Amino acid sequence: MTTTARRTLLLWSMAMLAGAAIVWNSRFSADISFFLPAHPNATQQVLVEQLTEGAVARLLMLAVAGGDARQRAALSHDLRARLASRPEFAAVNNGETQGLATDQEYLFAHRYVLSPAVTPQRFSVTGLRAAIGESIDLLASPVGLLVKRLLPQDPTGEFAGLVAGLDSGRQPNSREGVWATRDGERALLLAQTAALGSDTDGQATAIDAARAAFAAAASAAGAADLSLQIAGPGVFAVHARAMIKEEVTRLTMISALAIVALLFFVYRSFTLVSLGLLPVASGALAGVVAVSLACGTVFGITVGFGSALIGEAVDYSIYYFVQAERNDALAWRSRFWPTVRLGMLTSVCGFGVLLFSGFPGLAQLGLYALSGLVTAAAVTRFVLPQLVPAGSAPRDLDALGHSVAQVAAGLRRLRWPVLLLALLAAALLLANRGEWWNSELSALSTASAEDLATDSALRAELGAPDARLLIVLRAADRENALQSAERAGHQLDRLVAAGVIGGYDSPARYLPSEATQAARRASLPTVAELRERLPRALAGSPLAAGKLDPFLRDVDAARVAPPVGPQALHGTTLALAVDALLRQGDGGWSVLLPVRSPPGEDARAIDADALRAALAGSGALVIDLKSELDGLYTQYLAEARLLSLIGLAAIVGLLAATLRSPRRVLGVIVPLLLAVLIVTAGLHLAGVRLQLLHLIGLLLIVAVGSNYALFFDRIGEHLQREPRTAASMLVACLTTTIGFGTLAMAKVPVLQALGVTVGPGAILALVLSACFAPAARRQ
Amino acid sequence: MKRLPAGLLMISLAIPALAAWDLPQLMDELAGAGGGRVRFVETRYLALLDKPLVSTGEMRFTAPDRLEKQTLTPRPETLLLDKDRLTIARDRQKLAVDLASQPEALAFVDSIRGALTGNRQALEKHYALHLAGSREHWTLTLLPSAPAIAAIVQKITLTGQRNSIRSIEYLQTDGDRALIRIEPLPDQ
Repeated sequence: MTTTARRTLLLWSMAMLAGAAIVWNSRFSADISFFLPAHPNATQQVLVEQLTEGAVARLLMLAVAGGDARQRAALSHDLRARLASRPEFAAVNNGETQGLATDQEYLFAHRYVLSPAVTPQRFSVTGLRAAIGESIDLLASPVGLLVKRLLPQDPTGEFAGLVAGLDSGRQPNSREGVWATRDGERALLLAQTAALGSDTDGQATAIDAARAAFAAAASAAGAADLSLQIAGPGVFAVHARAMIKEEVTRLTMISALAIVALLFFVYRSFTLVSLGLLPVASGALAGVVAVSLACGTVFGITVGFGSALIGEAVDYSIYYFVQAERNDALAWRSRFWPTVRLGMLTSVCGFGVLLFSGFPGLAQLGLYALSGLVTAAAVTRFVLPQLVPAGSAPRDLDALGHSVAQVAAGLRRLRWPVLLLALLAAALLLANRGEWWNSELSALSTASAEDLATDSALRAELGAPDARLLIVLRAADRENALQSAERAGHQLDRLVAAGVIGGYDSPARYLPSEATQAARRASLPTVAELRERLPRALAGSPLAAGKLDPFLRDVDAARVAPPVGPQALHGTTLALAVDALLRQGDGGWSVLLPVRSPPGEDARAIDADALRAALAGSGALVIDLKSELDGLYTQYLAEARLLSLIGLAAIVGLLAATLRSPRRVLGVIVPLLLAVLIVTAGLHLAGVRLQLLHLIGLLLIVAVGSNYALFFDRIGEHLQREPRTAASMLVACLTTTIGFGTLAMAKVPVLQALGVTVGPGAILALVLSACFAPAARRQ
Repeated sequence: MKRLPAGLLMISLAIPALAAWDLPQLMDELAGAGGGRVRFVETRYLALLDKPLVSTGEMRFTAPDRLEKQTLTPRPETLLLDKDRLTIARDRQKLAVDLASQPEALAFVDSIRGALTGNRQALEKHYALHLAGSREHWTLTLLPSAPAIAAIVQKITLTGQRNSIRSIEYLQTDGDRALIRIEPLPDQ
């Protein structure tokens, strides 16, 4: 071994070790941020915050099934206590009334600053007469029993009004004192994780903690037939990550086994097979390292994509081993390396444009592929030749090469039929041009149908607010945030009255702004004024003014009480509501106002436009999650189309600069475009609506297929004399097809789309390149 | 409290008829009554108020477990008891209570439902029963046996003629009471 060789090897080993260390410390994630824009606009920024940090993303819904109602209630009680003491959970609620007692104390103690009914008119003679008359009417009703005790202290019914306001939210059904499904067969709990929604590890820890607490509670109760079901955004992320991990492991195993078997057939040598995998392993490592360093977090899907790239990266070593006679590296470098390098560069053009995508998932795929391929090619070029032991040679593939050359020559006769087929494909696509694309982001969703069903069922049972519509307000400080929430609330009240929405929640309901509190305190009359007004207000009423001394006392105390701050909420479940709806972020405070659908047999959808119109001018952002995400996706799609075209243009430019002949450029590019056309038409005929990753797959067909087309361009004229090159192309194409083809079996839609596009596309690119290769010269 | 001497009087008058008139018979009669529509006048006597509160309306019972109480004056209000679900609608507000999770409320509801369906078992689950009077004018007194109910209600008194209930009186522990007078309406 020469000094240079030794130095190269040392350098490579050190790079690999450093890379492994980086990968070891990398964060892997599978949450929704894969789909969220890297450079969001204002609305998208809010969307991103809510989906990653917001209350909605931190919600876990738990359902306990089995046993009888009493067992479930006891377990729900125990589970709530266990979870509430865990650091993984910020809040846990199961509807037990013990939490409500402190809530009611808070509402009663501060009723005169909390009640929206408190105005100067309310405490005028007419206002008092109306309000007290109402309370007396209530005494005659079935709920009178509850009102009677409080009447001397609260004759205007502020407390009853506040409680009614809280209950106007659809409370979950209750059984044995805890929340339950409508059929009563499952007990329900609602938990808010301490970890952010974007923190998949934190969500996984919280879910595990919930399961462990359930198991402990169930075994403590000796109830073996109880079971726990958990749903929520965190569950989607954790399950998606587990599924992607499992899928990637499975598919990588399959494709690696198949490729190794193929390589073993070709090389007949363990040494060569393991050496041949070296550039692949280096490339895969480099890909993860590059992504980890550049993006911080590696998406599971990116790693999955890597398993497909094995098939492509292994091509370089195949070219080297099969084409280089007697490991003559120098000869291979001068004869074949330029072509391999050009093929690699076209791939780099294809993947490189993805780096400019605003879709972080796509940019990661691009970066991963780019760094992986360059590394694999460089290792093949610089490291591999140093390692191949003298005298090791692959199987004699001349016979195979000759057959390939013969078939390839025969394929030339299919030019016209292929062109006709492509024409038909083009006509088909043109005729149905409105229907190729799936324009919904859910096409990319990694959530399983089962998880989605559980989620929406539990959400409906718990009366959790519609997760589709969000009203978000932003302000510089807490006071301003609460004030703007109050202004928006006035406008929403009108929509509730008009039946457009069923209701809404606001932090200002439990914690009014200091301005509002001051206004309400100022509305309260002095004791002397009240003493003078009450007898007039109660003239003719069955209630004597003399019985209302506690009322006078409370109003007087409320007039001079200090403002109620967030600390007064401590220990109540209302504090959790305020924390969830009012958050301090990087750029100030944000308020979330969840909206409920109007009541009805089936929950009607809320008219987002009516909401937007009603809130115009309040500074409130109305975000329709689904249409916003779909809009985002459409934006990605349009961008990806543009990037694909730019990528294509870059490839054509590269070929033109290198080949310096329009005819040769056409000879390389036409078969690839025809392959793309036919694959697209094939997918369309198979009933597949194309999504973003199909498009990327089409770009990959061009990038990967260019290798074959370039070889045909270079040696097509005398392929019969280059049997080894012909054989190497077939083997390389097969490994690529295996790599991407196995992805077609994936359950993850994103990976599956790549598989069904590139798998057939790679073969087609080889066949069509042969079809349109220059005619063989007669010797 | 004013009714008690009258009740005692009736008991003494009814003694001769006792042999022919007892609790199982009353329950059988009530059970056979099925459902129907009645007009009611409810008077509440509250210590807090100088004058009693009067409300009127209609009640409709559909055997075995649906009771609708529609208050018309002084202000409209609907109370619907369907199986174990109690819904109160007033103005635009609606309050729903699942009685299975509120044992005290359930016991309260069972008193009226048990009487309407002649379900002695349901009544005796929460109350001690005392029957007095004759078939033409009976008085059934319910004394709560569970402390949770006894803390709210001291006594429930129902009077009636044959299979129809004519009045229900709730005497609360704090001395306040509500008297519901019932008058059958013809089925439409």
